[in-house]
Amino acid sequence: MGEIHLTGHPASPGLAIGPVAVLTTEVASRATKGDPAQEAAALKAAIEGAAAELAELIATVHGEAAEILEFQVAMLGDDALSEGAYEAVADGAAADEAWRAALDVEISGYRAADEEYFRARAADLVDIRDRVLARLNGADAVAKISGDSVVMGDDISPSTFLAVDWTRGGAIALAGGSPSSHVAMLARSRGAPMVVGLGPLPWNGQPPSLALVDGDTGTVIFDPKPETRRLFEDRMAAANAAQIAADAGRLKPAVTADGRRITVLVNIAAPEDVEGLDPAICDGIGLVRTEFLFEGSRGLPGEDAQYQVYRRILEWAAGRPVTIRTLDAGGDKPIAGLTDDGERNPFLGLRGIRLSLARPEVFRVQLRALCRATVHGTLKVMLPMVAVPSELDRANAMLDAEFAALKAEGIVCARPPLGIMVEVPAAALRAEDFDAAFYSIGSNDLTQYTMAAARDIGAVADLNDAGDPAVLALMARTVEAGRKRGVEVSLCGDAAADTRLTNTLLATGLTTLSVSPIAVARLKAAIAGVTA
Amino acid sequence: MHDANANRAAHTFAPLTASAVLVNPVGLHARPSVKLTQCAKGFTAKIEIALAAEGPWTDAKSPVKVMRVKAPQGATLHFRVAGSDGDAALAAMLALVHDGFGEA
Repeated sequence: MGEIHLTGHPASPGLAIGPVAVLTTEVASRATKGDPAQEAAALKAAIEGAAAELAELIATVHGEAAEILEFQVAMLGDDALSEGAYEAVADGAAADEAWRAALDVEISGYRAADEEYFRARAADLVDIRDRVLARLNGADAVAKISGDSVVMGDDISPSTFLAVDWTRGGAIALAGGSPSSHVAMLARSRGAPMVVGLGPLPWNGQPPSLALVDGDTGTVIFDPKPETRRLFEDRMAAANAAQIAADAGRLKPAVTADGRRITVLVNIAAPEDVEGLDPAICDGIGLVRTEFLFEGSRGLPGEDAQYQVYRRILEWAAGRPVTIRTLDAGGDKPIAGLTDDGERNPFLGLRGIRLSLARPEVFRVQLRALCRATVHGTLKVMLPMVAVPSELDRANAMLDAEFAALKAEGIVCARPPLGIMVEVPAAALRAEDFDAAFYSIGSNDLTQYTMAAARDIGAVADLNDAGDPAVLALMARTVEAGRKRGVEVSLCGDAAADTRLTNTLLATGLTTLSVSPIAVARLKAAIAGVTA
Repeated sequence: MHDANANRAAHTFAPLTASAVLVNPVGLHARPSVKLTQCAKGFTAKIEIALAAEGPWTDAKSPVKVMRVKAPQGATLHFRVAGSDGDAALAAMLALVHDGFGEA
């Protein structure tokens, strides 16, 4: 048999070669059936067991993968999903048949959607359906697949994907599927090449033994001729070499074409962001957002809980400077029980440091946790939304008081330096009047307050330009204030990651930029192209 | 809804309504639906969403039902809220949408 070429749609880039592993779709049917009450109880137990299984799985993954599974848990925990099944069980149906029928109705609703994204959610519902069915039927939910395989099938569930070790070089080739599926997102983040929409697979019975997957162009070659395979392996080797060069650049310090060393820091929104990240890619953390601590349903976080999180991040940084921002609630970040939800214009209301000073009992807890964490690395603390020097002075006094109180209690601690975010034009205009240990320009808010235009309001979004001369003048003024006072100035908004602005930003005199980890390699490459 | 207004003194609350445009990419999809329903469950008020001012209305506390709405990006999401904490609930819902559920 000759080699078979199939063309589909690229869903995750990269090249892979491997033995074919075909996903089987058979599900054992339930051995016995009880009376309606027993069937309802079995269904309830299976749904609860599946949710518990998912919760266990969530504990082992992070970020996007966890969010995808949390979506499944939320769906599974909603009675609206199972009410049809319970009705059928009450009318005498077996639990597995009733559940399958109810979920199939839901799944067909997704498959009929106009939007690609919603059609792609069918795979999540199939995953939920089969997980519960497997518990009802006593079968293993997920068949074992070797991580060096090319996994083939009609579609693949997030659970199946997550059960495979993709670091071993495998790939996915699907007859159906979607580039918008959760599995495609996961494949992109794990670096597993994936092609979808190959159409009906042109063989009966015996599947091919080997496949070449090109996730860049969306093609798959089965049972390749030796020459085809050799050319493909050459391409893989070239791609690997290019990747190694890019990764190496990520680890090197950022230097402009004319030899200026630029400090590149990373922004962190949750402790999971640093997991699996090599601290050597950056010169430290320019912004740790702390809102995540306050967003849970468990109420405001205690001092110990905060301290543990800050300590973990400082230990990751291994001595590199870490700037933690105190709670920046309000504005577009409401927090139940803390922010005032009734404000007519929350962006001009009680947010950032204004809220912290208005709620000293909450702010004090955070300051204490920060003082205790300071002994575990190089910690700097910054205040958001500062407009006038008295706000910084009051926060400094509170920090002094909490530091003194901790010392008096004999608790190990240190006093971190306190700096300000420059995101209100008033602060930029008189930056030198602030007794700040450092300045960090928050370009998102600085731009929206300077231009009086929000970036999520389409009609005025073009005015929301961080590269506008008015915004750049305020940045340059802040840099000058830092130079006069001999303190560091950095920029931690989205403008830092916009490589079209890199030249302009460095021209203001900035030498420190902070971006999300994923933007580090691109920013360093852009910096390398900057001349005076 | 005249009856509800007339009965306010008897501890019923006139429904509040408002609308906002979905700005986040691909609309009210999995993650935003979970955020929306989690936020909604934090209030005692009855909270409903719809794609048109006249309904049909969907329970905003059910992720399964919210996903069934399949609201795309650019759609106007209407809220109808009734309850003692309705003002706060409506403000929280609108803030979530305006913020693009944190992903705009």
